[in-house]
Amino acid sequence: MSDKHAVTLNVNGKDYRIQVEPRRTLADALRDDCGLTGTHIGCEHGVCGACTVLVDDRPVRSCLMFAVQVEGARVRTVEGLAKGEELHPLQKAFWEKHGLQCGFCTPGFLMLATGILEAEPDISDEDLRDVLSSNLCRCTGYQNIIKAVCAAASEMRACQPSASL
Amino acid sequence: MSALGQSLKRIEDRPLVTGAGRFAADERRPGQVYMRVVRSPVAFGRLVGVDIDEAAALPGVRAVWVHADIAHLPPIDFRMTRIPGLDPYRQYVLAKDYVRYVGDPVAVVFADDPYVAEDAAEMVFCDIEEEDACLDATGDPVPFMPQTLPGVLSEPACIVKAYGDLDAAFAGAAHVIELEVKVGRHTGVPLETRGALAVYDAARDVITMYGASKVPHYNRDTIARMLGLPRDHVQLSEGHVGGGFGIRGELYPEDVLVCCAAHALGVPVKWVEDRREHLLAANHSRDQVHRMRAAVNADGFILGLTDVFFTDQGGYVRTHGGTVSDLAAALLPGPYVIPAYRVEGHIRLTNKTPAGTYRAPGRYETTFARERLMDAIAHRLGLDPVEVRKVNLIREDQMPFDRRIDALGTHVVYDSGKYHDLLERTLARLDYPALKARLAARRAAGEKVGMGLAYFVEKSGLGPRDRVTLTVLPDDRIEVVTGVASIGQGVETAMAQICSDVVDLPIQNISVIHGQTERISEGYGAFASRVTVMTGSAVRLASQALRETAFAQAAPLLQTRPDDLDLVGGRVVARSSGAAISLSDLAQQLPEGLTAEGVFEADHMTYPYGIHVAQVKVDPETCGVSVEHYLVAYDVGRAINPMMIDGQIVGAAAQGIGGARLGGFVYDEAGRPFAASFADYLMPTCHEMPTVDVLLREDAPSPLNPLGVKGAGEGGITAVGAAIAAAVDDALGRPGLIDRLPISPNRLHAVMGAGG
Repeated sequence: MSDKHAVTLNVNGKDYRIQVEPRRTLADALRDDCGLTGTHIGCEHGVCGACTVLVDDRPVRSCLMFAVQVEGARVRTVEGLAKGEELHPLQKAFWEKHGLQCGFCTPGFLMLATGILEAEPDISDEDLRDVLSSNLCRCTGYQNIIKAVCAAASEMRACQPSASL
Repeated sequence: MSALGQSLKRIEDRPLVTGAGRFAADERRPGQVYMRVVRSPVAFGRLVGVDIDEAAALPGVRAVWVHADIAHLPPIDFRMTRIPGLDPYRQYVLAKDYVRYVGDPVAVVFADDPYVAEDAAEMVFCDIEEEDACLDATGDPVPFMPQTLPGVLSEPACIVKAYGDLDAAFAGAAHVIELEVKVGRHTGVPLETRGALAVYDAARDVITMYGASKVPHYNRDTIARMLGLPRDHVQLSEGHVGGGFGIRGELYPEDVLVCCAAHALGVPVKWVEDRREHLLAANHSRDQVHRMRAAVNADGFILGLTDVFFTDQGGYVRTHGGTVSDLAAALLPGPYVIPAYRVEGHIRLTNKTPAGTYRAPGRYETTFARERLMDAIAHRLGLDPVEVRKVNLIREDQMPFDRRIDALGTHVVYDSGKYHDLLERTLARLDYPALKARLAARRAAGEKVGMGLAYFVEKSGLGPRDRVTLTVLPDDRIEVVTGVASIGQGVETAMAQICSDVVDLPIQNISVIHGQTERISEGYGAFASRVTVMTGSAVRLASQALRETAFAQAAPLLQTRPDDLDLVGGRVVARSSGAAISLSDLAQQLPEGLTAEGVFEADHMTYPYGIHVAQVKVDPETCGVSVEHYLVAYDVGRAINPMMIDGQIVGAAAQGIGGARLGGFVYDEAGRPFAASFADYLMPTCHEMPTVDVLLREDAPSPLNPLGVKGAGEGGITAVGAAIAAAVDDALGRPGLIDRLPISPNRLHAVMGAGG
């Protein structure tokens, strides 16, 4: 069980050279081997979405991937969202709209929303709600999470240079 | 402008949105070992032996313990509602003689790596002589542990409360209405599973457990007592906590085991449960059957009420003792006069996961029971459900209203309330006649839509007291040290707002400490919607004491009298001369610094109240119930931060809406749980959530505390089951159809089929 493999994880633009067993999940590798504990583990069977990170810009459940599968890919986690002291529009919106209470599910929602808004900046509110239904929150009842993501979507669209110009 | 009543952004949010939070699993120490619990695979049986040899031989395994290795540890005692007779039913930290539910801890493995600990745990073999599981809490009591505790049966206690003349009530009744209802098994399911890290500091001879929550001081005292140590040789420390809801932070076997192991093995010991363990081993709740009988006059007024109910508390009696049954028994009458009442609450044990409290314990269940009864009375008498409630509501001029019974050792006296007024406001908000007409028109067009309304009284602010210390720090900062816990509800912001109201500093300048037993001598924790009432009042008293001390100390420096002084923007200002000194500068001039203490005591609880209204649509094809609209009207006396209260109410409503319609914990005939993952224990996503309209009122401040506040943490869930059940009845035109929760599609299919 202890045959470890050398893997390089590129997380938030930085390379982490780690030794892991093939069975080690990406979530555990991020948390325990890279020390990035902002990615949370809520169920370990792919339902709750608390462990959502971006792998090559697409949201994945990091509890359902093995670390060795991520060699050569770019991983983004909640720790990489803010630019120094300047929070990402989604982080600001969650704070402004009271989109979190205990905050345990928040990193997963932030990464899920980042992934979808980067891929589909003009996504309709209805489709956005559909995407957000993939993650669980036990505190907020979702109302303020949806408000926050919609508000951030508007701000992110406003900040994007228009393609038609 | 005062910070009180403002929807200010929370001061605790930055680390939580940047991934810098420190939750239990985020704690780590060099050299830590990982604990994994081996759990019983069967619901009931004699534990003949445990074979640990193969596990102990696995490389990387440090130790494997069974009950014999920790036989000196007593069972876990009751934190609340100790009733005579409960003692034999307490749970040992590792199973002794018998296992009593699937998930019962039988052994623990300690290993250098968490994956190896899991491997080793799977190698432990539990030799169990399986016996027939008891899964029905309403049948005849059965032996608890037949061979080792002969004569001890599965009814540990029966709670009886009564007042008024029931014989007269039933003799004078125009109608007698009987109703049996059942509330299924649910629990809080915080998104963070339980976890802990215990570190033993040999130099100081102190064990520190990180990952504490809810009641750190109580748990510290209990762990120390169980380990035979002086209480200051155990300290508990709370980091961020991923949701509480009543179940997180009670003292569980695993908390004691990590502390015991850190002490015995001399290395830090970490334990993080997985979700399956959480669903099998952390407290469940609800699971009651009520059998009510009401004597009613011709107007629908309840002259007398009797109730016999059964609470299924699962395998053992845990820390809550008889709490849930006690609350259910005391608060069943709710907002209604009900001049005569007798209740008999049977606490029963079965071979399911042990049960404790979950948000609105005892009130969720009894609100379902009582409000279903009100609807049954309305139907029998041909009255509008709202009219029956009006006839029975306690009037404003009857406040404070003495219920003449006790709850949690306190006398139940509703401290204030304008029950009729809130009902009128709710009906106005709904435009009730127009809403009824609209729904009737849709039904006439073939849609299965309906609405239901349920009234309830909550309770909050359980004493006995809370202590707070304030210290003025440099740079216009104040530190507030409390003995409560933060489970995500915004404690830091609420306490800072209360302090800010007096010292007039921005809340960002106020640091609120919680959950650190080393920082304050006593603390009573975060449960029973008590924090804003109890700790908030203590913060107010401490802040006022700080102001008085500051005035007394500043007066000579500013060459004036204390009564000439004001506190403006954290500065003591002389009105006459305009001379001023900041609290921070003043503190630096005083040899002892500038500190204050506040202690708030309460021997009565305070009683918020509210109304839920659900509008639902039933799909006759799938028997699915969708909630189209939801309203919660709630009077909290005084709102410290309306945004956070809205958040509490909407979040609680979501838990209720999920719980009322989705599966819950079900078992096969051998007591094996079907719901041991999130694929089986379903919870609402944003798809299942309607818009929740919150009608937040401050019409009846509490006279029992200096802020006038009542708790806001639970009222969003209390009446959800009752309101949705009434709405489904209405949608299907079948009064009284829904007599149990949850209203799952298969359950609804079964009862709809029975009547066409």
